Amino acid sequence: MAYSDKVLDHYENPRNVGSFDKSDPNVGTGMVGAPACGDVMKLHIKVGEDGIIEEARFKTYGCGSAIASSSLVTEWLRGKTLSEALAIKNTAIAEELALPPVKIHCSVLAEDAIKAAINDYLGKRQE
Amino acid sequence: MTRPIYLDYSATTPVDPRVVKKMVPYLGEHFGNPASRSHSYGWHAELAVELAREQVALLVNADPKEIVWTSGATESDNLAITGAAHFHTRKGKHLVTTTTEHKAVLDTMRNLERHGFEVTYLNPEPNGLLALDKLAAALREDTTLVSVMHVNNEIGVIQDIAAIGALCRARGVLFHVDAAQSTGKIPIDLSVLPVDLMSFSAHKTYGPKGIGALYVRRKPRVRVEAQIHGGAHERGMRSGTLPTHQIVGMGEAFRIAREDMSAENERVRALRDKLLTGLSAIEETYVNGDLHARIPHNLNVSFNFVEGESLMMAMKGIAVSSGSACTSASLEPSYVLRALGRPDELAHSSIRFTVGRFTTEADIDATVALVTCNVAKLRELSPLWEMHQDGIDLNTVQWATH
Repeated sequence: MAYSDKVLDHYENPRNVGSFDKSDPNVGTGMVGAPACGDVMKLHIKVGEDGIIEEARFKTYGCGSAIASSSLVTEWLRGKTLSEALAIKNTAIAEELALPPVKIHCSVLAEDAIKAAINDYLGKRQE
Repeated sequence: MTRPIYLDYSATTPVDPRVVKKMVPYLGEHFGNPASRSHSYGWHAELAVELAREQVALLVNADPKEIVWTSGATESDNLAITGAAHFHTRKGKHLVTTTTEHKAVLDTMRNLERHGFEVTYLNPEPNGLLALDKLAAALREDTTLVSVMHVNNEIGVIQDIAAIGALCRARGVLFHVDAAQSTGKIPIDLSVLPVDLMSFSAHKTYGPKGIGALYVRRKPRVRVEAQIHGGAHERGMRSGTLPTHQIVGMGEAFRIAREDMSAENERVRALRDKLLTGLSAIEETYVNGDLHARIPHNLNVSFNFVEGESLMMAMKGIAVSSGSACTSASLEPSYVLRALGRPDELAHSSIRFTVGRFTTEADIDATVALVTCNVAKLRELSPLWEMHQDGIDLNTVQWATH
């Protein structure tokens, strides 16, 4: 299967790889997927006091499209409010990366990771 | 840009230049139809076809009359299994095979099930080999055929076809072997092996694609019902004009295989062992399938915490295969590795390296270097590797399965 140039670019030069301190109250963690399914994404967001995402980091076990999807969302999340971040749809990710139909699940996983990270952050805030 | 290093010899092999040279005249000047009995064009082609039949028979120590030309091992499997099953319905409609067979066998069995046959699928042991007592327990009064591959295409393990065949013979059951992956790699002597039907392919043994053969034993005579009709070529078992140039290519490829096999195997084994030593230096790598009952050409390795397709993508300079689901349209990882009881995550992390006639030591050195550096790079990206480094047992984690 041929990969799009954007997938290759993110795969070869992944943006924002890494982690933040999970215990930091300003950090939300989203871990989605399962090793048995062939992909696991871990997304960290760091949210400022103004409710804007300052930075995002990821680590992904999965195919090139999964790695590219998560790398892309770390770029998109920066500077967004939580509600803007929640509005990111998998179809936009798939379109940006020109994912073929068999790889759509990678973009779904990236959308799920955003939701999971925000939920985690909001949960911490309520405590 | 130079071409990628080819380490996918179990997918297909390049046609040996000696084979190409033999084939070409049969596309041009010797174009006759081997079935034309009335002129020299036909006689010449027939002579070439019969010489090739002898060369194929010689590699496996069979009688040339026992070799039937087909379009490849897939057709041979179809003809052997469907043909024998249909011929012997008076005895019964039960067949036995293993879960790690090639799809040409498994899909043929599934098709028979849709037509009123019953099939038992046996799981091999974790090392990939079929346990004889399991087979013995599966055979019934109405079992007509057992089909077990000689060498597995994904993990390269060699089934004990002598013992399996002896068991089948003692129980009066026909035995079919798919030998697509074993010709030229291990000696096959059909004068002593208790095998009734054996499938061959040319393009896995440095011959052209689109040609294969089925061995059909004559003593005692084995009967199959033809699946392709139209002129009763090949003693009524397989109709269709014979592709002379393809057949000549297969004959020459099998002749070379017979002559070069032992020297080539030694060289290939040394290369494979060098590859194994190099890759074993990477931590958390696992070889899939038995290392001893295995052809020297195959190395199937799982690099834990790294997904197979992403690793292949990183190693653009090497042509290999992966057991990861992501390489195919389905989301299931390799059914062969799963049948061995390998956890899905290791199946997703597997890469098959297959070495062959034109592999060099420099190819192996470059491969080890590329794999080592890219596994390290992808592990830096892997949340699973991070968890493993932190001492977390991944089996205890509750995953959000999707």
